[in-house]
Amino acid sequence: MTRHLLSAADLSLDDATLILDTADELARVSDRPVKKLPTLRGRTVVNLFFEDSTRTRISFEAAAKRLSADVINFSAKGSSVSKGESLKDTALTLEAMGADAVVIRHPASGAPHTLAHSGWIGGSIVNAGDGTHEHPTQALLDAFTMRRHLSTIAGRKVVIVGDVLHSRVARSNVLLLATLGADVTLVAPPTLLPVGVDQWPCTHSYDLDASLVGADVVMMLRVQRERMNAAFFPSVREYSRRYGLDADRMSRLPEHAIVMHPGPMNRGLEITAAVADSDRAVIIEQVTNGVSVRMAVLYLLLGGSDSALGGDL
Amino acid sequence: MVRSESSHEAREVLDADDVQRALTRIAHEVLERNKGAHSVVLLGIPSRGVPLAQRLAARIGEVEGRDVPFGSLDITMFRDDLRLRPARGLGRTELPGGGIDDAVVVLVDDVLYSGRTIRAALDALSELGRPQSVQLAVLVDRGHRQFPIRADYVGKNLPTSTRETVQVLVSELDGSDAVLIGGTADDDPADPTREGRGSV
Repeated sequence: MTRHLLSAADLSLDDATLILDTADELARVSDRPVKKLPTLRGRTVVNLFFEDSTRTRISFEAAAKRLSADVINFSAKGSSVSKGESLKDTALTLEAMGADAVVIRHPASGAPHTLAHSGWIGGSIVNAGDGTHEHPTQALLDAFTMRRHLSTIAGRKVVIVGDVLHSRVARSNVLLLATLGADVTLVAPPTLLPVGVDQWPCTHSYDLDASLVGADVVMMLRVQRERMNAAFFPSVREYSRRYGLDADRMSRLPEHAIVMHPGPMNRGLEITAAVADSDRAVIIEQVTNGVSVRMAVLYLLLGGSDSALGGDL
Repeated sequence: MVRSESSHEAREVLDADDVQRALTRIAHEVLERNKGAHSVVLLGIPSRGVPLAQRLAARIGEVEGRDVPFGSLDITMFRDDLRLRPARGLGRTELPGGGIDDAVVVLVDDVLYSGRTIRAALDALSELGRPQSVQLAVLVDRGHRQFPIRADYVGKNLPTSTRETVQVLVSELDGSDAVLIGGTADDDPADPTREGRGSV
């Protein structure tokens, strides 16, 4: 049993399928007049956000509230962190308040791992994005969205395009999609692929047009200019011409292919407005699905006497 | 799955024909009691209540000459013993198109035992709408209630000891219809796996 969700790599095929199936049932709750279940009544979920986020924090908050958990939102801005409080002291404070789960977003890769294994905190830790490392619930909601549109994931061709170097979304997606049996291709300029990408369970390419042939899913990544401390490409114009998704490229995709983006989008850079607003883009749906998937994760980690993940099913 | 392990010396108390007859009788009782199938909605509790609800709906439909709405009601999230065991996967809640507002909802389950499942079902139901009334149909009532709950329609009253297990097989899930009774050492009537739904 694993009480935490730190990495998409920790999920077996059974775990991932259980989460997606549970999310499928929970998605139906969102269609009801009463969008609430009593399951986590009396449990406290802390959203510990050291980094700006809109959709992930709101999504976790909505998920926890729909399961009747008490939610405490903590953002580093306006807290004692700005006075220099360490992660350890923040964690001890949350432990003293009796947090059953801590959803953490942190600019440092590995912060959730530290929190989970330090013994500072007794509750479940859910990684909501750590540095350039991982963002497992994003990968789960992406897989959920793919499954809804394509019905199966195994054998599907998924092309992930853009700033892979800084992307925790790409890493988590590659790991999860490999578990689920998809065929993943990463496409980026050489400067934006991480060292050691050939060890990942996927292929990579520098040529977008060649990679898009026969793609079932195209996932565009945000160019993370806030993490870029060097010149990774000559100009925005050149990047968007070679690696951006425009209407022309989209028209060459197979009929059933979907376009995804984890948000927030840089319209006109990695994706044109025409593509982002087309009916092939499932970007808004990804947000909706995020709530169902996070409900499933919180339910499976906290709903019973013990986590339902990591068992020998 | 506790049920299959404990059924090694299981004895058949209802065979396939008995189950068919019991369901036919319940279908007629539902019609008699509600003076027809008008506004009746059958909701099965997963997993074995669902095919039973579907069959009852078909039988009532045959008599009435029209389709009777049926669906399923998963109660996992409403159980009072959630915290006592690891979290588990969910069943499906699927309401018929017309919903359940102002309907006569007949809950259908395989075995009635402690009554905790039905208590949870009533909670789950209240989140989905406001039925005009709620009735309960079960294939087997084995006694040992822990809540003030009784069934309106019972296929077979089966006096059991709490040390025994009752297992209902339905052809849709198990390949054949039968009700089996077996012996085991575990005697907690609150244990949901003893109510004939080991797979939840």
